[in-house]
Amino acid sequence: MKNWFMLTLVGKDRPAIVAKISSVLFQENCNLGEASMTRLGGNFTIMLMIQFDGPADILDHVLQPVCDSLKLRYHVDQIDGELHHHLEPNVQISVHGADKAGIVAEVTRVLAAAGLDILNLESDVAGTSENPLYIMNIEGVAEKGVEALNQALKSVDCGEDVEVHLSEIDILRG
Amino acid sequence: MIMAVLEILVYPDQRLKQKSQPVEVFDESLLHFIADLEETMRAGPGGVGIAAPQVGRFERIIIVDVSCKPKIKNHGRLVMVNPEIADKEGNVVGREGCLSVPDYTGKVARWDRIVVNAVDEFGKPQAYNMEGYEARAVQHEMDHLDGLLFLDRLVSRRGSLFPRTPLRGVEKKADAC
Ligand SMILES: [Zn+2]
Repeated sequence: MKNWFMLTLVGKDRPAIVAKISSVLFQENCNLGEASMTRLGGNFTIMLMIQFDGPADILDHVLQPVCDSLKLRYHVDQIDGELHHHLEPNVQISVHGADKAGIVAEVTRVLAAAGLDILNLESDVAGTSENPLYIMNIEGVAEKGVEALNQALKSVDCGEDVEVHLSEIDILRG
Repeated sequence: MIMAVLEILVYPDQRLKQKSQPVEVFDESLLHFIADLEETMRAGPGGVGIAAPQVGRFERIIIVDVSCKPKIKNHGRLVMVNPEIADKEGNVVGREGCLSVPDYTGKVARWDRIVVNAVDEFGKPQAYNMEGYEARAVQHEMDHLDGLLFLDRLVSRRGSLFPRTPLRGVEKKADAC
């Protein structure tokens, strides 16, 4: 069993953050696993699996100077992580329309009750500040079948200016 | 004929990056190989296509059969030797995996409708008009003939929030595959 940690970094975006962090970790013999980095509201954010055969406080000592110099907040958790445990989504739900409070809560509440296990969720606000447009894309596994989700989505009440579409994902393997 | 399941090359095996050569001789041994190739495709879980270079034979041969998928237009079992895309149209994003790339799937943009010219396993010319999932399968397999994997064509996850082509009809083809 390998020793995995989850590193979370948040801060003002600037060039070469990933390069600097990963080279420090490489020098400490860390292995990197799965990661997800994205810019959210102009902030740099990343969640990164790190395999390291030592205690968390050593990782802490290693990360502190580089994170301080990049003005990043960081957080390290030991996790029961393992690689090669991907789940494959079989449905995708896209939501878009006027940006208003409660869209995510309403859509995800209905989907969860109908058996959706969310694997991926991305959302964005496009349009202009006067006329914001909300866009959300969810991928997941329909634990109770796709029809259950389709039925449930009929009861979603986000108003006429929000559209919710479900489509099946049929992965091609060849 | 005794058929065998052949060993599938797994990336990063560099042989998968090599370009395959056209088939010139149509004989008994070609038929035998194609039978083995098909057996190999059907042995894998959920495989709807396979290309000869995936089993280490660097000749331009692919097999596609998406007839197991419900509600999808298809031509049944297809053996395509020396395939060429003669015409293409539309652009759709769908999720792909590969027998040669275990434990990973990703989104790839492909032509939605293609016309493919090929010869069958006996050397007889064929032309196919295909679309959607079947067209995607053929493009995925044809890429193998040129040493390309779907990993070479991944589109970003975020990119898919804004499909470039409008959706046609009620069916949301772009992400349905
Ligand atoms: Zn493949």
